[in-house]
Amino acid sequence: MLTFTIRRLILAIPTLLFISLVIFALLEFAPGDPMAQVPLTVPPEVKQAMREALGLGQPWPIRFVKWMYQFFIVEPMYWIDGILGTTWAEGQQRVISWQTRGPVMDLVAQRMPQTLWVVGMSYVIGVLIALPIGIISAYRQYSWFDQIGTFVSMVGFSVPTFFTGVLLIVIFSVNLGWFPSIYDTTHVVNDWDSFLFQVRQMIMPVSVLALYNAAQISRFMRASMLDNLNQDYVRTARAKGLSERAVVLVHVVRNSMIPVVTVIALGVPQVFGGAIITEQVFKVNGLGQLLITAIHANDLPMVQTLTFIFAVLIVLFNLVADVLYGLLDPRIRYD
Amino acid sequence: MTRPAAHGSDPVNPSSHDPIETVADTIGEAYSRSQWWDVWRQFRHHTGAMLGLTFLLFITAAVLFGPIFWDIDPTKLDIRAKDIRPIYTAIWDSGAKVSWGHPFGTDNLGRDTMAKLMAGGRVSLAVGWTAMFLALILGTLIGVAAGYFKKLDGILMRMTDLFLALPLLPLLLVMMLLFRDPLRKAFGPEMGIFILIVVVIGVTSWMPTARIVRGDVLALKEREFVLAARSIGTSSTMMITRHLLPNVLSPIMVSATLGLANAIITESALSFLGLGFPSDFPTWGKLLFDSVDRMTQFPERVVWPGICISFTVLSVNYIGDGLRDALDPRIRGR
Repeated sequence: MLTFTIRRLILAIPTLLFISLVIFALLEFAPGDPMAQVPLTVPPEVKQAMREALGLGQPWPIRFVKWMYQFFIVEPMYWIDGILGTTWAEGQQRVISWQTRGPVMDLVAQRMPQTLWVVGMSYVIGVLIALPIGIISAYRQYSWFDQIGTFVSMVGFSVPTFFTGVLLIVIFSVNLGWFPSIYDTTHVVNDWDSFLFQVRQMIMPVSVLALYNAAQISRFMRASMLDNLNQDYVRTARAKGLSERAVVLVHVVRNSMIPVVTVIALGVPQVFGGAIITEQVFKVNGLGQLLITAIHANDLPMVQTLTFIFAVLIVLFNLVADVLYGLLDPRIRYD
Repeated sequence: MTRPAAHGSDPVNPSSHDPIETVADTIGEAYSRSQWWDVWRQFRHHTGAMLGLTFLLFITAAVLFGPIFWDIDPTKLDIRAKDIRPIYTAIWDSGAKVSWGHPFGTDNLGRDTMAKLMAGGRVSLAVGWTAMFLALILGTLIGVAAGYFKKLDGILMRMTDLFLALPLLPLLLVMMLLFRDPLRKAFGPEMGIFILIVVVIGVTSWMPTARIVRGDVLALKEREFVLAARSIGTSSTMMITRHLLPNVLSPIMVSATLGLANAIITESALSFLGLGFPSDFPTWGKLLFDSVDRMTQFPERVVWPGICISFTVLSVNYIGDGLRDALDPRIRGR
């Protein structure tokens, strides 16, 4: 199992390197000039100086290696300094945003909690809803519960989140006035009332994402349960005289969870991507909103770093899914 | 048991299935029992899929032929007739500004909503179909090449894995940002963005198809008919086009439906994030995005494009479900 994990970890490194190169090359070779917004009256030599100030003076392989050095070595050193109070990264150049002229990672650290709260909460809730629905739907296949469950999951899977979000705003904050339509990220929870307000402003974005996630996961759970329910070991368990509860909840569910757990792990990075839209609808200033503003402002270091962070998440959770699959299903390990 | 010929062609009585019928001799029936006819018969039993197909045909016909009957120009400004509410608003609000001339209302510049929905649907569906075909062609090519030629398998599948590890939505947004202006210059504002969106969606969504096709080709290669074909000296081209492609058609069709739904949603998401078509060029996602700021007063401007997107995607997904069931011979005839 350890060698399996190590092999996967080593495979992840070239993948990440390749992805960072793709992102860098995409930004590099794309037509478009970061100086395009500068007025034409600015003389060319000043423009050249501005270019060099932005770090654009050197050829692209050098800049790529420099960016990698900054991202993989300098930024973690700053992070360690912040925690332990050491001075390893003293005077080292960090990845600087062109918009704010501040370090990109500081902005990311500021925006991360909002995204994690909304996205993480919605994913947990989505999974918690999806599993029982999938189990019951499969156990009572073609019953009214299954019909309604599959229909709702089909709807949740098909209706784009920007429409469900807007629809919820129209119904619950415009017509009924129950929840605020804009997520207030400056809100501080310090007593019961402010906690209630926090819950109220989180209900709509969380439920939009939770519906979407629950729809996908419950479909997988149902299909996986259906595969297992007809297997011989289920008949054996019943023939042994086990209670129906034990057969379904212990034997079948545990075996059906194997593929579903990997699907859940694989879904985490996609949720971050999908949250870009939901954050835009509810005006949550999280990572997704940061990416959108950076794209509109042509802030290439920010775009590059954020896209790469999303890529790291995908590779990381692919790894988690692989390892989990190996842990749960011994047959996979010996390939 | 032989069935009367008249019964066989009767489409309204699909429930008359008894076990003997499926094994019965079918020679002399009024219809031919080709594989696709069987698939269609099974497909008809799937209520959701039939409803989905009906809706998809309806919405396609509406956006294609609707403008012939409803010939208001979707970009024509008519400030006098601005902010008209849909006709049904009059049911609960007799004072609302409604007009039979604009049954779905108009926007803040007096453009007719129904005409805009039709024009937007044309673009959205065109983007969806073209991007889906592009992804399908790419995915099939790569999948067949990887499955058939052993030398290419390793490198092509590593490439597929790498593409699957890319953060797609952020990359889509970045690509839209970077290539928007040059393509606009080269092909004009609308055509340039159309090409860009189609290519960008196609290039980022071929991976599932490639994987499925490769798996199926690998399995088919071991079958006897392929061995037989090889033993009479069939060339690789003929082998792929005559023997392999027809046999991987069903998984390709299922992933085509998923691809179509995905392409429509991606296009509207890009438009919704403000990185899609230019602002005066309607697509469903763009219409929705443009109306969000004033949705408190005019919720219908958000709701109708949203319903169009959602119902189209829902029906496409249902068609996919029905196709998957119909193409699975283990379920067929049940």
